[in-house]
Amino acid sequence: MSEAPKPAAPAARGRKKLELDPRLAAYKGVWVFIEHERGTVHPVSWELLGEGRKLADKLGVELAGVLLGGPGDPLDAFAATAHTYGADLVYITRSPVLAGYRNEPYTKALTAVVNQFQPEILLLGATVQGRDLAGSVATTLATGLTADCTELAIDPDNRSLAATRPTFGGSLLCTIQTLNYRPQMATVRPRVMSMPAQQPERSGRVLEAPVELVEDDIIAKLLSYIPDDATDQAQLAYADVIVAGGRGLGKPENFKLLWDLAEVLGAEVGGSRPVIQNGILSADRQVGQTGKTVRPKLYIAAGISGAIQHRVGMEASDVIIAINTDPKAPIFDFATYGIVGDAVQILPALTAACRARLAMKRAG
Amino acid sequence: MHIVVCIKQVPDSAQIRVHPVTNTIMRQGVPAIINPYDLFSLEEALRLKDQFGGKVTVITMGPPQAEDALRKALSFGADEAILLTDRAFAGADTLATSCALAQALRQIGEKEPVDLVFTGKQTIDGDTAQVGPGVAKRLDLQLLTYVAKIDELDLAGRTITVQRRAEGGVQVLKTRLPALITMLEGTNEMRFATMTDMFRAARSPLTVWNKDDAGITDISKIGLKGSPTVVSKVFAPKPKSVPAQMLDIGGKSQTEIADLIIDTLSAKHAPLYGELFDRAL
Ligand SMILES: Cc1cc2nc3c(=O)[nH]c(=O)nc-3n(C[C@H](O)[C@H](O)[C@H](O)COP(=O)(O)OP(=O)(O)OC[C@H]3O[C@@H](n4cnc5c(N)ncnc54)[C@H](O)[C@@H]3O)c2cc1C
Ligand SMILES: Nc1ncnc2c1ncn2[C@@H]1O[C@H](COP(=O)(O)O)[C@@H](O)[C@H]1O
Repeated sequence: MSEAPKPAAPAARGRKKLELDPRLAAYKGVWVFIEHERGTVHPVSWELLGEGRKLADKLGVELAGVLLGGPGDPLDAFAATAHTYGADLVYITRSPVLAGYRNEPYTKALTAVVNQFQPEILLLGATVQGRDLAGSVATTLATGLTADCTELAIDPDNRSLAATRPTFGGSLLCTIQTLNYRPQMATVRPRVMSMPAQQPERSGRVLEAPVELVEDDIIAKLLSYIPDDATDQAQLAYADVIVAGGRGLGKPENFKLLWDLAEVLGAEVGGSRPVIQNGILSADRQVGQTGKTVRPKLYIAAGISGAIQHRVGMEASDVIIAINTDPKAPIFDFATYGIVGDAVQILPALTAACRARLAMKRAG
Repeated sequence: MHIVVCIKQVPDSAQIRVHPVTNTIMRQGVPAIINPYDLFSLEEALRLKDQFGGKVTVITMGPPQAEDALRKALSFGADEAILLTDRAFAGADTLATSCALAQALRQIGEKEPVDLVFTGKQTIDGDTAQVGPGVAKRLDLQLLTYVAKIDELDLAGRTITVQRRAEGGVQVLKTRLPALITMLEGTNEMRFATMTDMFRAARSPLTVWNKDDAGITDISKIGLKGSPTVVSKVFAPKPKSVPAQMLDIGGKSQTEIADLIIDTLSAKHAPLYGELFDRAL
């Protein structure tokens, strides 16, 4: 490949080396890539600004958002929102070539902006766009990337980013550092970090970061975009109420009980992995390590054992109600409320009771 | 047409246990499998071969035992297998892995030009989804990640059109060959290997390359040396353990249990209760 511009050459390796190579010490500030598609910013970007704010404060540096987009994208409005979520400044690169995400121009633009302004930390959402871009940018910059982090902190010994992520299917966690390379890159899945409170009166700077891009240089062409059918696209990650079922519900027919309750509660339906593997629910409804991370206000787990890989995806829910026939099921170790009983019987009763309650409320 | 599929051998994490005292992975007896996501890419490559003819080469970088993964891939129908193995590769993170793989792919391409490279969407052990993009960038291949469907492959015109998963929809992208594709999971189902296939695969010759065979000269870019990331700590998750408050359902009917659940929400989580039941419908 064409050897792309690189950050300062990596200094000699050494574990926990305290002195950073002076060329790398010039890298300052925490950046969050603000992802948007078809006119909306992915909420994970705001979650990352919340997390980035804490890192920037700890380091005593600025927090910046970075926005790439085409002439039709409301980038200034996005930047203003980024300020209200904690960004001190926002870098904006505009180009017709950046209308609609494509790997090549986005990699070029983000790499160029990073090389020009030299942030020490660059965070992206672990979404399809974020992962596609992060891997490409990290390779082009020849720096380290830690994917799917669940915790970000600053190592007090050397001011470097300590990124913690699950490993070996979630049975262990490991903390990864990028010591002598900059920027330090990490991706975080949607909903893993909490949404920061918005400060509507907060504002900040905007910095135009022009990058020269020529459409003719870009080989991949976006022919069209087919939006998902709204009905078969689960908005699980950001649902307020989730009714989830596991293998304990038994026969596929019993899963209708979940849908019934979800309808009454205005909830989304989720499931554990075996349920998805058996084809009872679609893949976008899987909760857990290899599915979605969710943090609803209410999570009802029916016939789910609460294995660690499921737990990591839903334990941040505000209230968890678990229904399981086995009093020793691990889900009872961390749920808010536990009911030892047969979900196949309790679910329809709960649906009926909720319906009655709603009717009562409406009657006044 | 020549397709190369990168596969990785990984421990079957469903069977991994952590030693309760030392917090180390107990690997003994844990079977090694082909990274499950790689199978979707391998199957897609084999389907293209069925349709257009040509050849599928599989490559893996790993310890000598990774040969098993390659033989498995041969049994499914891959034509040639290369095991990239060298002590110098040890300790590689994804950046160093993509560097070594890219060089090996370059070497493969010298003998027989490569039209398409497939990698898995991500691994279940490394799980960075970085190796695919990394290889593509290094070799200047067109990168197509999270592909749900290959709409058209035009070998004469040297173009490919795919449907790629995006937020809230799919992008239809057209680009040129050579390209690197990562397939979305669930897009196809791996074919079965018959007994005959397995016997044939067990006897097939394998190509084993060390770093010199792969043409890797700069060892500062591979293995531990070429890895910017350092694992500074490994530890067991310490989940907050406040056990559930068990609702007393002794002797209650299903309806009474249901009411107890709703009343508990009403008493202890009034705002949530309000949102659930004061909704204007
Ligand atoms: C690498 C890896 C990744 C994984 N990723 C995920 C993931 O993302 N998401 C995920 O969910 N899992 C994941 N798993 C699988 C996970 O380890 C568990 O196997 C899975 O979560 C178990 O699903 P379950 O609770 O539905 O089924 P089971 O473990 O079989 O539990 C069923 C439960 O239902 C109870 N039950 C039985 N009958 C009834 C009844 N009538 N009423 C009420 N309760 C009843 C039983 O007591 C039991 O507790 C992953 C595993 C691995 C190795
Ligand atoms: N050691 C390896 N040998 C061959 N292919 C690999 C190796 N490591 C990763 N890959 C490929 O890169 C993909 C993504 O890996 P990762 O970036 O680790 O999630 C995998 O699905 C494989 O196809």
